[in-house]
Amino acid sequence: MSKIPVTYKRSDMQSDQEVKWCPGCGDYTILASVQNFMAEMGISKEKIVFVSGIGCAARFPYYMNTYGVHSIHGRAPAVATGVSVSNPDLSVWVVSGDGDSLSIGGNHLIHALRKNVNIKILMFNNQIYGLTKGQYSPTSEEGKKTKSSPFGSVEMPLNPMSLALGAEASFVARSIDMDRDLTAGILEEAKNHKGSAFVEIYQNCNVFNDKAFEQLTNKETKVANRINLVHGEKTVFGEDGHKAVVIRNGIAQIVDTKDVDESEIYVHNIHEENPSIAFSLSRLSHGPYGPTPLGVFRKVQRDTFTEEVHDQINNAKEQKGEGELDKLIRSLGTWDVS
Amino acid sequence: MEIENKTVESIPAVTIRFAGDSGDGMQLVGTRFTDTSAIFGNDLATLPAFPAEIRAPQGTIAGVSSFQVQIADFDILTPGDNPDVLVAMNPAALKAHLHDLAPNGMLILNEDAFEEKNITKAGYKVDPRQSGELDGYRVFQVPMEKLTKEALEEFDLPGRAVLRSKNMIALGLISWTFNRPLEDTENWINDKFGKLPEVAKANIKALKTGYNFGITVEAFHHTYVVEKASLPPGEYTNINGNIGLSWGLIAAAKKANLDLFYGSYPITPASDILHELSKHKNFNVITFQAEDEIAAAAASVGASFTGKLAVTGTSGPGLALKSETISLALSAELPLVIVNVQRGGPSTGLPTKPEQSDLMFALYGRHGESPLPVIAAKSPSHAFYAAYEASRIALKYMTPVILLSDNYVATGSEPWNLPKIEELNNLDTNIITKLNTEDGFLPFLRNVDTFARPWALPGTPGLEYRVGGLEKEEGTGNVSYDAANHQYMTDMRAWKVSNIANDIDKLEIYGDESADTLVLGWGSTYGGITQAVNRLNEKGVKVASAHFVHINPFPDNTLEVISKFKKIIIPELNTGQLLKLVREAFLVDARGINKVSGEPFTAQELTDKIEEKINE
Repeated sequence: MSKIPVTYKRSDMQSDQEVKWCPGCGDYTILASVQNFMAEMGISKEKIVFVSGIGCAARFPYYMNTYGVHSIHGRAPAVATGVSVSNPDLSVWVVSGDGDSLSIGGNHLIHALRKNVNIKILMFNNQIYGLTKGQYSPTSEEGKKTKSSPFGSVEMPLNPMSLALGAEASFVARSIDMDRDLTAGILEEAKNHKGSAFVEIYQNCNVFNDKAFEQLTNKETKVANRINLVHGEKTVFGEDGHKAVVIRNGIAQIVDTKDVDESEIYVHNIHEENPSIAFSLSRLSHGPYGPTPLGVFRKVQRDTFTEEVHDQINNAKEQKGEGELDKLIRSLGTWDVS
Repeated sequence: MEIENKTVESIPAVTIRFAGDSGDGMQLVGTRFTDTSAIFGNDLATLPAFPAEIRAPQGTIAGVSSFQVQIADFDILTPGDNPDVLVAMNPAALKAHLHDLAPNGMLILNEDAFEEKNITKAGYKVDPRQSGELDGYRVFQVPMEKLTKEALEEFDLPGRAVLRSKNMIALGLISWTFNRPLEDTENWINDKFGKLPEVAKANIKALKTGYNFGITVEAFHHTYVVEKASLPPGEYTNINGNIGLSWGLIAAAKKANLDLFYGSYPITPASDILHELSKHKNFNVITFQAEDEIAAAAASVGASFTGKLAVTGTSGPGLALKSETISLALSAELPLVIVNVQRGGPSTGLPTKPEQSDLMFALYGRHGESPLPVIAAKSPSHAFYAAYEASRIALKYMTPVILLSDNYVATGSEPWNLPKIEELNNLDTNIITKLNTEDGFLPFLRNVDTFARPWALPGTPGLEYRVGGLEKEEGTGNVSYDAANHQYMTDMRAWKVSNIANDIDKLEIYGDESADTLVLGWGSTYGGITQAVNRLNEKGVKVASAHFVHINPFPDNTLEVISKFKKIIIPELNTGQLLKLVREAFLVDARGINKVSGEPFTAQELTDKIEEKINE
């Protein structure tokens, strides 16, 4: 990374391409959040690479004035792995959607997380297939009526936070498009994280799945339904903090604050090595319905794939010296014919 | 070890096949004998054959593994047709290979394995040694297990470990029969078992026991010697195709001043490239064992975008999985080498057998109009140069290139007259570090000669650009749905590839240029075809041959070469794929010689069939 802090204006981060999402799409808000954040994150823009797959969200790189690859459906984490391991100095960001990451690209997502490749994955979850005009996605709720499920989806949706934690992710967080401050804070945490970061961003698709996240955005309901996870703070939520999260027998539960001793209220610790509590928090809701945790679930340090690959290369060079072709082609033994 | 009554007969060449259970160590014995012969100075070629199962049931035909080597005092190109010597470690090995043994061939049997149980397991109703079916061969029964046990009695080794050394008895005996010194193998054993001196000593004892058995037993007093071959002067190593190919990639990266990135998912018979490259991290080689074939290709595209010599390797089924990603590289115009070590297909097919049946897939196995260069390795040592050439073209023309090898090239070996590294050409790239117009950077502003676009690498200030699989506007690279632009870009991608025809070696004619018949080939049939043309020319049959390394585009003199001949014959290990291409491209009534039995052509088979076609 650049040693001299670099600051840009948001306009420096904008490419000259017209943004072509549907008017009112949540992607606009996220793009603004990311551009604002990137302008001030202190990394020269030539060192930033955006990689995407296919879907509405995947057009994102075209709108960033950085390096970018708009690749193929589901494969962005694999492409980004190649970018990151090829040049560890780069700040590599993946932008994906729920279909791209969790359906066609599920395999690449879990392996990038497991390997702890130094890439930051932003998954815009709108719980619908937008670019193909409205089929149910792997995060659509059961019973969802769409063009491809006129009688309701019969599929159990995935819980992206649970999946990422199960895939050994070292950084797991959730935000929502409308909350720019929360998004900016999570992006900052992700940027500073060594290794792979998985950030789910609830994103409203006003054309095919409008108001899917209303319980978390509507003024009337959001206070009751947003469980803000803040490191080092007691997990209380609701009006005047009348609800709290406690961990009983290892399982996160929602209780009335008045019914428990204050000391029993869960104090969030993103650095907890054991992922069980983070997992249990991810099970408090299965989709954006009812009280739903937002914020950083987990942030732990472990060796990154990107660095370890280069450590091995450097060790090999130290031990054997820089490779010489003349020696290589003779390494199996030779004989002379005169 | 001189023996008074030993008769030494000098022969120009011999083909030996070692056959036994997968666990009997036949590949090792074959490799050792090969290396000793290489150091002695013979020309040679090898053909290992093993089952797809790692340990098929012991004693069954399915579990038989074999290794064939031809050594000669002249320049040979194939591992021989019918073996002159067959070493069979058990009845199943005998049953699987006897039909190939040349008449009056030498048959060495591990006598101890011919128990009733094993004989039945191999599918014999009666003991083949008593049924008369071994008449016409020179049979030598050797109690290999008994000899091993007796020889190794002094060592403190468990019974199973003792019997594992019986392959050394076979190697010792063959070394005696063909007058090969043991020193090289002894050194090798000491190296390999450096940490287990007891095991090293035991193996050397078994080796010597086999050798001494030859001395002692009268039956073996007639021995043979194959003199040094008069190969062109130079420094040689014995190389197989997978290693040759790996080294070619390393050399190309070095000569392009780039680091090598190799993304792969384990698959037979390509895995050894991954293994080989993983050893050479000190050449700044990054090997990436991906979660699947698609990720292997996709990560390679990411590496290419970032400025590596990016390579993804696989075999047939894996190439199918990589297809969409190759199209991305083609559309984004990024350099990428895709190695396909072909095996028998379709589907899982014959994972350990050679076939040339992915040629059409390499050329056309993508959606949309998506031409790319296709190159094929013709022999184990040529795999080095083919990998170098594929890298050169990918980097110079900003295009994915498919490099075809096959199981025969990949696992077979031959002596390689080492090149002078300083004489290998440096490879050019299209890396750009400054704006290419006054108004800004145009990522699709092409080189006027090669039509290649500039390669701007992340980290370069001022050249930030985005690229993807959507159609791009010529020049700016911006997404474009414009009708005329898509027509232009489609044509441009095709011109770019066909234009390479002017930048590759011409097709050369081998053999009798005054002949009416030309045998055209590509890939691993090179040795067989060349040997067949030699044999036919020697007996006065007029025939010539030409061998494609570049199949897309064909060299620019191909039509000129083909037009010189009245008859075109195309032998292939498929049902006629190059045949279709040549007929279509040059409108000639070419005829095929085709085979998909999972085995390479033998030189004699091709000699006979080509002669038949000439006389048709």
